[in-house]
Amino acid sequence: MLSRTAGHLYWLGRYLERAETAARLMEVGGRNALLPNTTGGHRNEWEAVLQAMGTFEAFSEKYSDTGQRNVETFLFFDQSNPSSIASCIGAVRENARVVRTAMTVRLWDAINTAFQDLKEMSRTERSQLSMSDLIDWTMKVCAEIRGSIEIAQLRNDGYHFLNIGMAIERADNTARLLNVKYYVLLPSMRYVGSGLDNYQWVTLLRAMSAHRSFIWTYDGELSPAKIAHFLIFNQLFPRSLLTCSMKTADHLDHLARGYGKSTEAQQKVREIVGELAEGQVEDIFEEGLHEFLMRFMVANEDLARAVQSAYLGGAEA
Amino acid sequence: MNTKTPPVYFDEMSDTGGIRAPYKRLDDWHRTMPSGIRNIKQHEAEALFRRIGITFAVYGEGGDPERLIPFDMFPRVFTFGEWRKLERGIKQRAQALNMFLSDVYDRGEIVKAGRIPADLVYRNEAFEIAVHGFRPPKSVFSHIVGIDLVRTGPDQFYVLEDNCRTPSGVSYMLENREIMMRMFPDLFVKNRIAPVDHYPNALKSTLASVAPQKCDHEPRVVVLTPGHFNSAYYEHTFLADMMGVELVEGQDLFVEGDFVYMKTTEGPKKVDVIYRRLDDAFIDPLCFRPDSMLGVPGLMSVYLSGGVTICSAPGAGVADDKAIYVYVPEMIRFYLGEEPILENVPTFQCGKADDRKYVLENLPELVVKEVHGSGGYGMLVGPKSSKSQIEAFRAKIEDNPGGYIAQPTLALSTCPTFVEEGIAPRHVDLRPYCLMGEKIELVPGGLTRVALTEGSLVVNSSQGGGVKDTWVMAE
Repeated sequence: MLSRTAGHLYWLGRYLERAETAARLMEVGGRNALLPNTTGGHRNEWEAVLQAMGTFEAFSEKYSDTGQRNVETFLFFDQSNPSSIASCIGAVRENARVVRTAMTVRLWDAINTAFQDLKEMSRTERSQLSMSDLIDWTMKVCAEIRGSIEIAQLRNDGYHFLNIGMAIERADNTARLLNVKYYVLLPSMRYVGSGLDNYQWVTLLRAMSAHRSFIWTYDGELSPAKIAHFLIFNQLFPRSLLTCSMKTADHLDHLARGYGKSTEAQQKVREIVGELAEGQVEDIFEEGLHEFLMRFMVANEDLARAVQSAYLGGAEA
Repeated sequence: MNTKTPPVYFDEMSDTGGIRAPYKRLDDWHRTMPSGIRNIKQHEAEALFRRIGITFAVYGEGGDPERLIPFDMFPRVFTFGEWRKLERGIKQRAQALNMFLSDVYDRGEIVKAGRIPADLVYRNEAFEIAVHGFRPPKSVFSHIVGIDLVRTGPDQFYVLEDNCRTPSGVSYMLENREIMMRMFPDLFVKNRIAPVDHYPNALKSTLASVAPQKCDHEPRVVVLTPGHFNSAYYEHTFLADMMGVELVEGQDLFVEGDFVYMKTTEGPKKVDVIYRRLDDAFIDPLCFRPDSMLGVPGLMSVYLSGGVTICSAPGAGVADDKAIYVYVPEMIRFYLGEEPILENVPTFQCGKADDRKYVLENLPELVVKEVHGSGGYGMLVGPKSSKSQIEAFRAKIEDNPGGYIAQPTLALSTCPTFVEEGIAPRHVDLRPYCLMGEKIELVPGGLTRVALTEGSLVVNSSQGGGVKDTWVMAE
């Protein structure tokens, strides 16, 4: 497969995942805005969402306040925000368009239809579009695209590059969210173990559609150690750092077998999986959750770079 | 004002004797189509085109850069007999054009024999001195010859122009058919319509058949595109996909030693045949335009040493120049010893004093074209133009007579086309695609372009033209 084609598929996967994360965050923000104030009222909740995406600064430069309408515009429609859902779906479609020949008609159809819908929506009167419609639409579209990949895409190298993009991005998103909890949702150590702390952990779980799964898996007891364990180590949870890294490793192994040669990328992912597989929550808290996450994100980026140089022609997209 | 009686056009469905045979069932079809259904179907067709992504890109004009070419659902039909004659004529012409190319890049017999002026060939902008003396595999320069035809009567066809470089539009021929079959399966049950969907296969075997001699394995074919900003990008992806070959950009290819390779996830892979969809000037910055980022440095030297085949061959453009067009019938006689089956439109060369005089005196009656222009730009349709437009062209011709040719305004045939009030006749042309490799092949059909504006004779998509499915009835 052409390196350039593989690159576009890989980035298609990354942007698809990013779009879904944005929708999840919108859902959390929207939900929290309905709840009684905890700290400084609903405005702060939106700020936390923007912080989580690393886009609060860009937002503040453009919008005067964190009213729901502004945040919605920024997170969903704003083309100047590279992480907005419109930007991500646009990038998915642009990457897909360039490599039409590498995907099934069904997959292209799902992506292109989403893009046409999006254009229609940006022409629609905003009062006609509730936030839950926007979120539902995004989740539905992402599920449809993912589903088209699963049911129809040949299990060839293109399929693996798509999945590697999704898994690397997903690991990054989970780490980022977890890190933000530490920084933004929990500005002071004195909240640890307080009612507020628990409430914020729940917020985090909801952002990953994991609240119910967590309760099922851990008998409902919310503690930082258990939640960290769940989001970092639990192999049952599809967004945990270990699950994501194992998925990357799995697809990279397929490539190595198919091509009959292993690269630095397989080496790097094995190191990541190795460390996570043997990790203990206690060690992480000892090292410091933030320090651990920063280290993970750097390693994950490193892995992305190795994939880039081994398969995608070297140049960053 | 033109005070003459308006010209009478040949309508392909209904002539003086009533509905012509191949259109009989279509006549019933549109008459019995319930009102309301038509609009629904038209919307369905548009949605299909958009969803499949069949758009052509127009950048720099504002608005949506991805436009649809309007699709008219009323098919255009040829009888088997009509097609057989066209086919013979098209193949004859494609063959002569290729023999001409082999000749002028070799000994130039036709020029020596005084049948074509040397200046027109050797001082032609499209004449590529770099390939002089080089004979491409199977002596084929132009592997896909698109011949634009117009019809003026039941048995009267004219060749409007030849396209020997990279004629586009074949994806519309195929998709128009796909969409018609999907929307109106009944029509295909009731009419015996020759299929066209083997075109991509035929194209692939044509390309594989001209692999370089040095290639000792199953040839690897690729389609080379300038990229997704090109207006025909959809077609490039479509053809690559249907042939099952890689669609590459210049940046995906590189030259090492005597061969061309593409960069893949498994390392370099040798490429044997490049179906390029970009102009000569852009394929190799070392040989042609040094500022081109689209091509592959060193490609031409590999080509000239027989390491790779480029389709169409660099330099093929000299055969489809509008100044050379006039001499194609002469080529057919010279190389094949046959009379041309398809006629040229009588053409006045403004570079010749007598012709120029006639043209300047009769501008309101004529169609004037730039010799190197294409796409319906830089063209004057005398009877449809204002006095000031005509005067502007007069000045241009006087300024650079060699740059223009003129032809009588042809009474282009019309074909029924859906309009607001039902159906109405609209002018059409036809571009079939002739494949030349080891053998010569033509799928029964082509792209019918239709001028959707009432009375308009300009069918180009850039000027408000649309497309139709084109049927050849099976024997």
